[in-house]
Amino acid sequence: MSATNSDDWLYTISSKNKLIDINFKEIWRYRDLLLLFVKRDIVTVYKQTILGPLWYVIQPLFTSVIFTLVFNNLGSISTGGVPPFLFNLAGITAWNYFNACLTGTSDTFKQNAGIFGKVYFPRVIMPMSVTISNLLKFFIQLFIFAGFYIYYYSSGAEVAVNSNVLLFPVYVIMMALLGLGAGMILSSMTTKYRDMTVVIGFAVSLLMYMSAVPYPLSEARKKFPTLVADFVEYNPVTQIIEGFRYMLLSTGSFSWSGFFYTLVFSMVLFLVGIVVFNRTEKTFIDTV
Amino acid sequence: MSNNNKDIILVAENISKQYRLGVVGTGTLSHDLNRWWHRVRGKEDPFLKVGEVNDRSTSGSSDYAWALRDINFEVQRGEVLGIIGKNGAGKSTLLKILSRVTSPTTGEIKTKGRIASLLEVGTGFHPELTGRENIYLNGAILGMSKAEIKAKEEEIIEFSGCQRYVDTPVKRYSSGMRVRLAFAVAAHLEPDILVIDEVLAVGDAEFQKKAIGKMQDISKGEGRTVLFVSHNMAAVKSLCTRAIVLENGVSVFEGDTDAAVDFYLHNEKLLIKSKLLELTDRIGSGKVLFSKFEILNIENKILSAAMSGEYIKLRVHFHAHEVVQLKNCRISISVKKDERDYIVLSSELVLNYNLNLTNSEKVDFILEKFPLSKGLYKIELFLESEREIIDWIKNASDLHVENGDFYGIGKSYPKGWEGKTVLVENKIEVS
Repeated sequence: MSATNSDDWLYTISSKNKLIDINFKEIWRYRDLLLLFVKRDIVTVYKQTILGPLWYVIQPLFTSVIFTLVFNNLGSISTGGVPPFLFNLAGITAWNYFNACLTGTSDTFKQNAGIFGKVYFPRVIMPMSVTISNLLKFFIQLFIFAGFYIYYYSSGAEVAVNSNVLLFPVYVIMMALLGLGAGMILSSMTTKYRDMTVVIGFAVSLLMYMSAVPYPLSEARKKFPTLVADFVEYNPVTQIIEGFRYMLLSTGSFSWSGFFYTLVFSMVLFLVGIVVFNRTEKTFIDTV
Repeated sequence: MSNNNKDIILVAENISKQYRLGVVGTGTLSHDLNRWWHRVRGKEDPFLKVGEVNDRSTSGSSDYAWALRDINFEVQRGEVLGIIGKNGAGKSTLLKILSRVTSPTTGEIKTKGRIASLLEVGTGFHPELTGRENIYLNGAILGMSKAEIKAKEEEIIEFSGCQRYVDTPVKRYSSGMRVRLAFAVAAHLEPDILVIDEVLAVGDAEFQKKAIGKMQDISKGEGRTVLFVSHNMAAVKSLCTRAIVLENGVSVFEGDTDAAVDFYLHNEKLLIKSKLLELTDRIGSGKVLFSKFEILNIENKILSAAMSGEYIKLRVHFHAHEVVQLKNCRISISVKKDERDYIVLSSELVLNYNLNLTNSEKVDFILEKFPLSKGLYKIELFLESEREIIDWIKNASDLHVENGDFYGIGKSYPKGWEGKTVLVENKIEVS
């Protein structure tokens, strides 16, 4: 080796923060780790349980039954001709994925302080693995939904899939980006201010009621005060859930403006999340 | 750059790290807002200016402290660099920065190779996964690709000695087995630069020997660049080619290992500064008083700490206002810990004549191979003449003992024995 060329450094460890500092090459190099984390999450959650992965299915089914009893039987909310149970199951399935991504990533730093404090790997791997392993859970729940869908369809319920179903992958990506983005922003807050953990706990369950999960958006417009109805309508999660039900059950409404609004919103939120996450990952270990 | 024929693989420039002391709680938000407001106006962080030298024992006036201050060093390819210092000197902070766990407050580290750090063995082990699955997970966390791990899988399993249990969940392992498996994965890591904390002190004696052997292979045989952080002087001496001494977050010495270890042990600031004359808790007639206690090495250089297995002199000085002759003296030094005497050195046991002293003389107790293990001991001094107690100080001074290579085979006793063991020379014969 001859003269040291001062430019051929592989990388630099410094305090300087670039706004967006994602090393995609590095993330790619750690892809095996990402897959192993996904595998770990899936394999270990229900080890030493009797029902195992069945728990993935039981939770949304029971919630749908309760929602149907409370909101549709007791509260007589109209679901526009769609069997209420199926209506709720669709909403809950979509909501669950968003919820799992959000809460799963929101305590990334706190949860993994042990590992993060000892070894370096691109921190984004952690929230990414949560999003991917939850995707599997989402598909299992979707499979169950399909089962009930076929049952109701064959017994003559007014449900129909429409051409919007082609947008399904986009909806899944939007949900992931929204959950991941919000989760990453929150994760950097929970690191320093533990109050946030408590806030997230109930805020998320309240958000569900503001995201048109147990009722159609049209009902909200009819019965809520304008301010609340507007909030529900401009809530991107509402747009996703409404769009999800529209494509699978042909109920509710769909608009391209709403679709693009949600798409832009989730991409922006995701980018903000990445920036915030990047700033936090460098020094969180001092404040966790 | 001027260093033409050197192959520098890593450069650290002006590394500093500031920590906030006390509880992170109320006030955090206001400081954060204050910081943010300064940044918005393009001003310097107001809390970066405060903070003084990081000395644990004196309480500072500011809430912020510098764990590291302006550390600079270069590492060449294939070099084994030791980083030594007392607890709280900033070793671990430097390690954390090197391994990118946290980032420096100022300064930067540039590297030409991939750094893998071993601050702990078994990071990310999941109790529900089997040994084999954990090899993959742990290996990937440490930066190996699946293919790399696959190629070494059998070797790792064999090195760990856990063949029978590889397909059993790790939660059923004994703690020793877990450590073996974890170390086996770590030992098969092949980064350009390896950063190691004192992970050597794990497992039973047999496994430790294996681990140190592997460490030596890595550093010597395979020519890997290693940064090794430790306060085990024996290990540093046997593994490192060069060393840095840290003290209160500042680099106070850089040079070859032996010189660095010497510097560390001779460190002026750590010297025993007890003024024995000022002690009032003493018994005796007081005709002559103990005035000074020192530890010296073979070259009569004053040490701040004794090292196991080294040649050590324990020296006492006396004081009196006029010249006093003491006849038939008995003088003794006891080295104690937790109210137990570890060593009692007494003149009457060693000498077969009557010891007569004047207060201008010094007395040296010579131990050719210092037999205590690492720890903080207390010194008790006793002097009598003609069966009359002249001066007796039960708690005269502290004595720091550092790890050393007592048996001359390049390793020290297990960590759990520190401060509990007296080392004795012995031979082993097998017949």
